[in-house]
This record gives sequence, C-alpha cells and structure tokens, in this order.
Amino acid sequence: MSALAVQELVEAPFARALTALGRAREDVVVLSADLSKYTDVLPFADEFPDRFFQVGMAEANMMGIAGGLAKAGYLPIAVTYGVFATRRAYDQVAMALATGPSRAIVVAFLPGITTPFRATHQAIDDVALMRALPGMTVIDPADATEVDAALGFAVSEPGPVYIRGLRGRVARLFDPVGFRLEPRELQSGGTVGVVATGLATGWALEAAAAIDGGASVLHVPVLKPFPAAQVAAFCSRFDRVVSVENHSISGGLGSAVAETLAEGGMAVRLRRLGVPDQWAPAGSLDYIRHELGLDADGIAEALR
Amino acid sequence: MNGNAELRRRAHAIRRTVIEMCRGRGQGYAGQGLGLADLMAVLYFSELGEDDHFVLSTGHSSIAVFAALHERGDYELEELVTYGMDGSRIEESPLEGTPGFEITGGSLGQGLSQAVGLALGERLRGGGSRVYCLVSDGELQEGQVWEACMAAAHHRLDNLVLLVDNNRMQADGAVAEILEVEPVPERLTAFGFAARRIDANTLADVVDAFAWARGQRGRPTALVCDNIPGKGVPSFEERQRVHYVRAPDQDWAAALVELDETEVAW
Ligand SMILES: Cc1ncc(C[n+]2csc(CCOP(=O)(O)OP(=O)(O)O)c2C)c(N)n1
Ligand SMILES: [Mg+2]
Repeated sequence: MSALAVQELVEAPFARALTALGRAREDVVVLSADLSKYTDVLPFADEFPDRFFQVGMAEANMMGIAGGLAKAGYLPIAVTYGVFATRRAYDQVAMALATGPSRAIVVAFLPGITTPFRATHQAIDDVALMRALPGMTVIDPADATEVDAALGFAVSEPGPVYIRGLRGRVARLFDPVGFRLEPRELQSGGTVGVVATGLATGWALEAAAAIDGGASVLHVPVLKPFPAAQVAAFCSRFDRVVSVENHSISGGLGSAVAETLAEGGMAVRLRRLGVPDQWAPAGSLDYIRHELGLDADGIAEALR
Repeated sequence: MNGNAELRRRAHAIRRTVIEMCRGRGQGYAGQGLGLADLMAVLYFSELGEDDHFVLSTGHSSIAVFAALHERGDYELEELVTYGMDGSRIEESPLEGTPGFEITGGSLGQGLSQAVGLALGERLRGGGSRVYCLVSDGELQEGQVWEACMAAAHHRLDNLVLLVDNNRMQADGAVAEILEVEPVPERLTAFGFAARRIDANTLADVVDAFAWARGQRGRPTALVCDNIPGKGVPSFEERQRVHYVRAPDQDWAAALVELDETEVAW
C-alpha cells in the first residue's frame, strides 16, 4: 500500500456535518459558550435558531444545561475548545453527561498543539481525562472525512462521546464513499510499526516517507473503546513500535498502546511520541512541532 | 485636565505601542489594547506602588500591559514588535513567569481568585500592599468570578480593587446579545463590593475613581470600566466590537496617523 495524499481542503467539515445532522434529526440541539464563530457552529445556529443555545462564556454551566436538555429528551451537542470542555468542566461532563442513561456529545476544538497560545489553550491532556471517564467514547479525527464520520458514529453510540474537532479548512485524506470510522493500515513495509491518531497520522506519514525502507502505519481514530485486538495484531509484526499523537504522551494513544502490549504479554519495544512531560511552547503549529521533535525530521529520527 | 498632561502623553504612547505591536504580524488584540490604554496609563504611572500587585485575568489583553511596561522601560519596542511570533516572549496570552505577569491568565474567569489569595496573603503579612485585578465583561459569565467575589467580600478585602473591562464585546459578539452581564455595578454591590461605573477612556474619571477606591474601608472595591474598543483610532472604533483584528500593513500605518490626529484634536 502506498502513502495517502491530501485529496482536497474542505471548508468547515464540522459545520456541514452538524447542519446535515440537524436536518436529519429534530432532537439534536447544539450549545456554545461564546465560541460559535470559532468552532464552525454558526451555520447550524443560523439554520436552526431554536435548537441552538448560546450560554455565554460559562463552560461548566453549558455542560449542566446540556445534561438537562438530555433529560428532556434531546441529543445535546456541546461545543467549545478542548481545554475548557475538559479541565474547566470535567466534573460537569462526568456527572451531567456521563453517568447515564441520558447522554450527550461533546465536540472540542483546538486539539493538542493546534493553537498559537500556550498552556491556556493547548489541549494536551483532554484525551487522557476523557478516556478515564467510564463509558466515554473518545475520537480523534485525522481529516475532514473523519470529522464528518465521527459525528455520525457518535450519534449511533449508546453512551456519551467526546470528539476532538478540526475547524476551518481541513485536509481530506480519506475517500468519504463508504467510509467507516475504524483502524486502518495506511501503509505497509519497513521494520518499524507506527500507530497514530488524529492530525498526528498525517505527521507520521510524512516521516515514514522520509526514511529508507519506509514504515508501516496504523491509524486509530477511535481511542476508546480502544481497538486492542487490531492494535495488538499490528504490533506483533514488529520488534519496534512508535506511537505518535497530538497529545501528551501520558494517558492518550501511547498509553493505550502500552497497556495493550503489556496486557497481551507482548515483547515489543514501544517509543511514545507526542507532547513530552512539559508545557508546549507558543507559536505556529510548524514551530511547535519542530520544537517538540514532532516535525517530519524529528519523527523520522525516532523511526530509524 | 492639565494635571493629566503627563498621563495623557503616556496613554497616547501606549496606544502607539499597541499599534506597532500588532503591525508586526498584521494582527492582534488591538481593540482591547486601545480601549484599555487610559486605564493602563493611570494604573502604571499614578496608581500602582512598588509593592502592589497587578493581576491580569484577561490574558488576551496582555497587549495593553506589555505596552504600559514598555513605557515604564521594562521591554524594548524592538522586542514588543515580535508580539505573537514564533519563539517570542511577547505572547498574545502570556503565562506566569513572563516579566510583568504575576499569574497565568487567559483561561478566562480564574484570575480574581488568585487576586483574592494575594490580597489575603498581603493582609496577613501586614505590609499594606494593594492588589488590582483586571477581568473582562465576558469573564463575568464564568461562575468562578462570583465565587471569588463572595470570598473577597466575606473577608472584607479592602486592599483589593477589581477592574472590569466593560467593553461590551466578547468573542461571539455584543455581550448584551450573547449573555447579558449588566447591571454590573449593582450586581457587584449586591455581592458586597463598593462598586462604581466609570468612563475608563476619560483620564480624570479614572484618577478620581482610584482615589475613591483608596478611601473605601472594610469592603473590596470594583471599578466598572466602560471603554470603547479601538479608542483613539476612529477607523478602528468604527470596526466596533471586533474581538481580534487582522489587517493589512497600510491599515496599521493609517492607524498611527489617525492616532496622532485625534490626539491633536483632543
Ligand atoms: C474559560 C475560557 N473560555 C473560553 C475562552 C475563549 N475566549 C477567549 S476570549 C473570549 C471572549 C471573552 O470575553 P471578553 O474577554 O469580554 O472579550 P473581549 O472584550 O476582549 O473581546 C473567549 C470566549 C477562554 N479564553 N477561556
Ligand atoms: Mg469584553
């Protein structure tokens, strides 16, 4: 199999998916905490003003209100940035949205280091936090097709779902026709196996293309429930596996892979790439990736 | 007004610096920087003592603080024009540890709690230091702000001055349309503050208000600082209520000219 290429740039894929969902399901309501312009929610708000609730900059309250709407029989989709959906409103997400049987979907933008601001806006721990909540499904989409598919997937899940959102112009890597949100081996070859998720899948592909002999790359969009069997089967083919994620190396994909390997009694050496145990710097995505060794060169170095 | 000539010069210089900072990358929180310039001039050049604290809760308004710190000689303009650039210390939303910034603001709604802690600590030490904390009108929507207000009043922190950047805008639009926070002075009064609304683009008003705050005993004080985003640059005032400005270089150059013209006309 050969490496994926960017097919096109899609304008606001989440906005499209959300409005399409709004048309298909009358029970879908959307909430924003003063970030509707910045999270591609405005088209839904314009088309369905009655089913859009602007709650002001009050994320904890938003999660509580979403919980109430869920109890009233609606399917709430609460949208904000990842840091505020998790750190700010963690208890509210846990108690109001995740104890069931009612449930909601949380869509959280600016995943990982995709923001020029530092610790205040970089959601490097959101996957870890959400993965720790019982019953929470966690999705880290890699492209426009997966942003769209994640919402459909979330709606069909029985429990609460956390989706990392990608806003604005988003690259399309995967053909949307007949697409299913599942682990997929994007590239085979080489002597090292790479497990990646979210935007880091694109980073891993860049790096794999830069090394002699290439590498095999398994993309895992749903981090919980973790597809342990597929990941174990993939890893069993290599002596060395590298995980790559747009998140702290603690508690996210790398940890899930480590748990899988250890619990399977597998003798595979794992190297976890992502944000190390430090606050990432401020700046452009390219700059931060470079500083953290997550640019193509840095990842390639780790793969060699 | 003459007594304020010095402050007026400072406010004007702060505004120029704000524009120069944004001009570097062609973007930034210009509206906030210009709207807050008069308040910063009074705070940094008349009000804040050596041992006092300024707590910036509204991290993204750091531009106004950086510009004031430049006026005070703490930062060179050369460095300030790297505002928001890769590798620069001059961050759009700085963290604790950046010189001049006592806390990590910017994850909005948290700063006043730390200001309460500072005020409690300073009172315990007994040195007479005062604590000033800037929060925005949008931040008033975060519940933690009101938890902090309750604590400040309960502990009778008369060494604490809450400054509300009441510019009536937030990320999604006008505060009144997103989630109304007014009447702010009345709400703060109900929470136990000595609160007063001021025109924070009129230096004399700001100076008076700080003097009034110093006279209060047994309660924290709050100045609800009405201000106009973009104040001093008419074309920016017209763009009214724009949370973040991106503009081509000629607009920033024109803003500097407008700034000098309005200053002359004043
Ligand atoms: C807790 C939190 N939620 C959301 C944001 C994103 N955000 C940044 S600025 C802003 C608007 C806040 O209102 P205000 O400070 O009054 O805006 P301004 O007057 O500066 O336009 C929002 C929602 C944030 N920084 N922190
Ligand atoms: Mg405001």
